[in-house]
Amino acid sequence: MVEVEEPQDYLDVFQSQRGGFSFENCKRNAYLAAQANIKPPTAMKSGTTICGIQLKDAVILAADTRATEGPMVADKNCEKLHYISKNVFCAGAGTAADLQHTCEMMESQMELLRMATGTEPRVCTVVRRLSSMLFKYQGYIGCALVLGGVDVTGPHLYQIYPHGSTDKLPFTTMGSGSLAAMAIMEAEYNENLSIEDGKKLVAKAIRAGIFNDLGSGGNVDVCVITKETGGAILRNYEKPNERKFKAQHAAFPKGTTPILKEEIMKLVSVEEDVVMRD
Amino acid sequence: MSGLMEYNGSAIVAMTGENCVGIAADTRHGIRQLQTVSCNRQKTFQVTDQCFVGLAGLATDVQTLSQLLNFRMKLFTLREERKMQPRMIGNMISSMLYEKRFGPWFTEPVVAGLDDNHKPFVCAFDFIGCLSTAEDFVVSGTTSEQLFGVCESFWRPGMNKDELFETLSQCLLSGVDRDCLAGWGGVVHVITPDEIITKKLKGRMD
Repeated sequence: MVEVEEPQDYLDVFQSQRGGFSFENCKRNAYLAAQANIKPPTAMKSGTTICGIQLKDAVILAADTRATEGPMVADKNCEKLHYISKNVFCAGAGTAADLQHTCEMMESQMELLRMATGTEPRVCTVVRRLSSMLFKYQGYIGCALVLGGVDVTGPHLYQIYPHGSTDKLPFTTMGSGSLAAMAIMEAEYNENLSIEDGKKLVAKAIRAGIFNDLGSGGNVDVCVITKETGGAILRNYEKPNERKFKAQHAAFPKGTTPILKEEIMKLVSVEEDVVMRD
Repeated sequence: MSGLMEYNGSAIVAMTGENCVGIAADTRHGIRQLQTVSCNRQKTFQVTDQCFVGLAGLATDVQTLSQLLNFRMKLFTLREERKMQPRMIGNMISSMLYEKRFGPWFTEPVVAGLDDNHKPFVCAFDFIGCLSTAEDFVVSGTTSEQLFGVCESFWRPGMNKDELFETLSQCLLSGVDRDCLAGWGGVVHVITPDEIITKKLKGRMD
């Protein structure tokens, strides 16, 4: 006998279709592009400098804070260091939306893994999952990552490319400012550095990117991950580009701007007495 | 002149003040540079009592997304019986846009709202859902470059609701003066803990 499926509620259908990418606009967008010869708009990129170093019992990551849309600086102080778990963090370069969402997805996967197994996730687990996912999407998800963490097997530093290839390295730089930052790294990296000196080195490498690469700029964010304390992001560890002046002019006096119509909606709080009946 | 983001033209700016937040948008609905269809297009949408979403970009997607947003907000209130905080709205929009990563909506939203502690929150997105929050102001639309410039020099910390209104309006009007795709009047919403002030601006009509 053929089973007849009960017609689902609209909300059930909606719920069942959630998660994953939706391609329902693709045909329309392709049609629009063909009809009007339209270029796709530019997404927010981080033409970035990011770097990381591995020390005896710590990993230090660092990033600049500039996000660009074409030649325009879209965000002067964005966050490029992402939390993945207490002991694993990553720095990202590439398409900003991809980075944000990929890291969020990895964060939730690692939290679920931690709860399921009752153990701290390992760095290699994160790397494997990320590289499998990025390879699956064949480079269309534009994530270039420097990923670092400390787990039961010690400190680890990886770099992951958008197509899914990975490298395990003692020190690394990525993004458009990677050459400037690598110059500093190659000259000054030493695996016996103290954490304090390590922080100074990554900050110096990022500063090299900030000042020599136009795609990078703003402040320096640093993240130190140790076995004892886990990871902590030191937001705006250095601010080499603070504004040198404050607005000097007076505020616009009330009534400067001519208006046509004014509406005021008063918000009142309504308190309801709820009586539960049997 | 090509690009769907520039097809209809828009200018949106949101700014924070002292216990208040404001969002301003132009009102032109045009077809490239060829025609102005209307000068009364809605680009800011009230999603909760104290939160507005501004949608810049392709008009058809702006309207679809605003309806989709409305649906998700209602669904949330029915399920959770509580108000969505501006930060949550930001995260939701970010996910909604990123879901369409490979076939995007051509719109760049802006969120402006007050949270339960009357703390202002503004954030903006690119068209595939990269969320960026700011302490001062966010801009979006075809006028974004001009708006970045004026806001950068006119925004100041700790503005009250009147100062915020004047600053927002002046920034919007100066910005759209240098963008032929946006302008033709404007609308400003200032959200304070106990009222929402909406003013229609008298702008240049050229």
